[in-house]
Parts: sequence; C-alpha cells; structure tokens
Amino acid sequence: MRWLRRNLVTVLGLLTLAYLLLPNVVVTVFSFNNPSGRFNYAWQEFSLDAWKDPCGVADLCGSLALSLQIALWATLGATLLGAAIAFALVRYRFRARGAVNSLIFMPMAMPEIVMAASLLALFLNMGVELGFWTILIAHVMFCLSFVVAAVKARVLSMDPRLEEAARDLYASPVQTFLRVTLPIAAPGIAAGALLSFALSFDDFIITNFNSGNTVTFPMFVWGSAQRGTPVQINVIGTAMFVIAVLVVLAAQIVGNRRKKAQPK
Amino acid sequence: MTATAAPPEAPAPAEPPVHRPSLRKRLVPYWLLLPGILWLLVFFVLPMAYQASTSVQTGSLEEGFEVTWHFRTYWDALAEYYPQFLRSLLYAGTATLLCLLLGYPLAYLIAFKAGRWRNLLLVLVIAPFFTSFLIRTLAWKTILADGGPVVAVLNSVGFLDVTSWLGLTQGERVLATPLAVVCGLTYNFLPFMILPLYTSLERIDARLHEAAGDLYATPATTFRKVTFPLSMPGVVSGTLLTFIPASGDYVNAELLGSTDTRMIGNVIQSQYLRILDYPTAAALSFILMAAVLVMVTIYIRRAGTEDLV
Repeated sequence: MRWLRRNLVTVLGLLTLAYLLLPNVVVTVFSFNNPSGRFNYAWQEFSLDAWKDPCGVADLCGSLALSLQIALWATLGATLLGAAIAFALVRYRFRARGAVNSLIFMPMAMPEIVMAASLLALFLNMGVELGFWTILIAHVMFCLSFVVAAVKARVLSMDPRLEEAARDLYASPVQTFLRVTLPIAAPGIAAGALLSFALSFDDFIITNFNSGNTVTFPMFVWGSAQRGTPVQINVIGTAMFVIAVLVVLAAQIVGNRRKKAQPK
Repeated sequence: MTATAAPPEAPAPAEPPVHRPSLRKRLVPYWLLLPGILWLLVFFVLPMAYQASTSVQTGSLEEGFEVTWHFRTYWDALAEYYPQFLRSLLYAGTATLLCLLLGYPLAYLIAFKAGRWRNLLLVLVIAPFFTSFLIRTLAWKTILADGGPVVAVLNSVGFLDVTSWLGLTQGERVLATPLAVVCGLTYNFLPFMILPLYTSLERIDARLHEAAGDLYATPATTFRKVTFPLSMPGVVSGTLLTFIPASGDYVNAELLGSTDTRMIGNVIQSQYLRILDYPTAAALSFILMAAVLVMVTIYIRRAGTEDLV
C-alpha cells in the first residue's frame, strides 16, 4: 500500500501509456487473423495469408501509392512556401507582421471540418472538379502553418551574430544564406517537412470533403469500415508502425554515436 | 547599395544619415511571403467568404443556388440541430477533461521520473501516430466488442452500472454508446495533450521542488502551489489542441457510436456530402467556427496566457 502511494504517478502514467498503445497491439495481433466474415473484429484463427499477399485486396495498394504521392508533393510545396514565410517573419521587419502571424495561426486554431467544408464551398462555386489536385491544394494549405511554426522556432533560437560574422567576412547574402543560415535552420525545416508528410498522409476529414471519387489510403479504410475490413489493412498499419519505429531508433543511435564522436 | 551619404548635387536637407536599404532589398521579405500568403488567402480566406455566401443562398441542386440573403437558414439550422451542437461540446469537453486527467501523470512521469527511459517513453507516446488513426479507431471496435473481456471486466466491477445510471451506456453494451465515442475521442487526442504538458513540465527547475520541500510543503502542496501553476501554459495549449479538433470530429461518432451519438461534424458531413443541402451545411459550419472561436478566446483570457500563441 505504501509502495503504491509512493509510485502512484508512475503506475497511473504507465496505465495511460497502455491505453495509448493497446489499439496498436490489437491492430498487430489482428493482422494475423483469419476472420470468418467480411469484418476483422473478432478473433478466429492464426493465419499468415494477409502478410503473404498485402496487395491482395482490390484498390488497396493503389490508394496507398496515391497517398504517398500526395504526401510527398504536399510536403514539398508546404515546406518551400512555409520555410520562406518563416524566414521573412524572423529575419525581416515589414508592415502587416501581425496580420501575417494571425493568418498563419488561424488554420491551426480551427476545427478541420470548417476548413474542409469551406474549401468545398469554394470548389463547388467555382465548378472545379474534385480529385488529385483539389486534395493536393488542401493538404499544402493546412500543412503550411505547421512548417512555419517549426522553422520559425528553430530560426528564432539561432544566434543572429553568426550571419553578421559571415557578412563581415565578405560573404554575399546568397553565400551567407546557403552556408550559414540554411544549415542551421535545416533541423527545423526537416521537422516541418516530416510533420507535413505525416499530417498529409494520414489526413481524413479535409480529404473526405475534397476528394470527389479519388480514394486515398485513409479514404479506403473509411470505406472499408462500411463494406468490410480486409486483414490487409492491419498488415499495412503494422508494417508502417514497425518501419517508422525502426527509422526513429536508427536516427537515435546515429545521433548518439555522433555526439560521442565529437565531444563538446 | 546603401544611401548613407546624400549625392552632392542634392541640396542637403538637415537629416541625419539614415541607414536605408535599397528598394530591392526592402522588397525581399514580401517576395518571401508572397507565394505562401497568396496560397492561404486563396485556399483558406477566400473559401470562408464562399462559405458565408453559400450559407445565405437558397435554391435546389437542379435549379442552382442563388444568394438571397436568407439569414433564416441559420435560425432553422440551430433550431433543428442544437442537440447535436450541445452533444459535440459536451463530448469534446469531457474528452478534454479526461485527456488532462490521464495525460498529466504520464507527462509528469516522463518529465521528472523517467531518467534514462525518457526518450523511449516519448517515442512510445508518438509511435501510435505511425499507424493510420482510422485503423486504430477501428481497433476500438474489437476492444469494446459486446461480450469481450473489457466489457466483461467493466461489467463485473459495476462500472457499467454507474455509466448507465449516468446515461453513458445502455445495459451490457459499450459500443454504440456515448461512452465509446468519448473513449475514442480521448484516445485520439491524448498525445496532443501529453506533448505540450511534457514540454512545460520539463522546463520547471527541479530545485523549485527541493525548495518547496525544504519549506515543509507536503508533496501534494508542492504540486498544488508550485508544479501545477508552472505547467499552466502546457495545460492551456493541451486543452486547446484537444478541444478544438474534438469539437468538429465525426470519425469517432461514426465508427464507434450510433445515431443517438451523432455530433455536429456528422451533420455537416452528411449535409454537404450526402444530402447536398449546401446552405444548411455552410451555416452549421459557420456556427461551429464562431462557437469555437468565442469559447477559445474567453478561455485564453481567463487562463491569462495570451502570450501563449
């Protein structure tokens, strides 16, 4: 009892962690299921069928490829536009700063469905055909603000004297930017890009409104919740999880080695 | 080129030499801003205007819609769908509170007690994001399945009696009840609460805890008077990051709920995409936006952390 009182926070914290991770465990376990009906909600028997044939369901891998494609383009667009805005906000004085700042903040402070619905109102009124391009436009729009926030945080924390020093050493503005500013801002840009990729790849609400008949991976999962959930969905969910965790761990190990290699 | 010295032929006005960059240089920030800001103006601000105009249109799909300044749509929409509005705010509010209660111990654990496990725990908090949230939400259908182990345990400890007395569940079911929807909402937005909480807790100087202890504060008093007040920025941004998306969500209500748990997001989605009653959908979406903006503004004022954003 005394032990429990002393470690109450730890116990509660780990319980919350279990709550967070439980669905991932279920997704993984059920990727080895062999369900009896169309829905993969109840355990039947162990089977490797879905793992042997992850693309065995019509349109599943096509939707996955489309989502990856959209996420890559959206990341590229949002990162370029967002990083430029972040540099302008941190490094220059200009009029309408406040307005620009609130314009960047607004999309993050609004329920996604409001943006989704109003964008659809625009496309409907303009008679734009919904599909790949409308999805891409929407994704760049909502990822932009997150890139600005990530890059801004990084550039703000960097010492402006480094750039002054470069200029004192007769570096041109372009050289200063490429050799000093950009390398220092790179982690912020990378963080913004990664966040954009994740947000775009997993986006459902805005895509649901603005995709027309185009089926991204989240749209495929949504549709399958009505028609019947193939086990392959769990296979892909599990595989993505494992790959991402491995990448994170590898990055940590490389980072630790580097730190050890050059003690500071 | 900088014009530090006036050209000789100009009759020197008695001005101090101002460091004034050339026009080209002064335009640099605007060129950097232009593409991104234009994108936001065309695809974020302009759509709001179109949505406003749609909400006061009347007509039908066959004959087309026309702006007739029909403000009654707002009134009618509110009168018909106020239960879904209230339900959304209630569910989102409950989920936010649960996120705070569940998330705080974990954030505290990671910030102060984890030691060398800290990075691993942080990765575990973010890791679920790597699997599509729709797949994970569907997993709750399995976890909360009728007659499954979770429901059996909740039933045997009398938890379901309490929740059904509160009107959150019916009989021995959890799926398709408000409890399932709130559980899903809480689950989906929990990391958005934990991460800002962790960030603000991690910044607290550990010596403050020692100081409080030296001044004979009990652990509970230390938490109440030192730790919690200092973590307020994290509490405020965490609750906003949870409440705002939860209030407009329709995924959890659709996948885990029933027709009795429809939230305003479900109504807007079906009006826009299935029933195709665009004016009503636009009006509802506007009311939701206004309600959230007003609540958030009041909340930030009250919490007294305006410099937060």
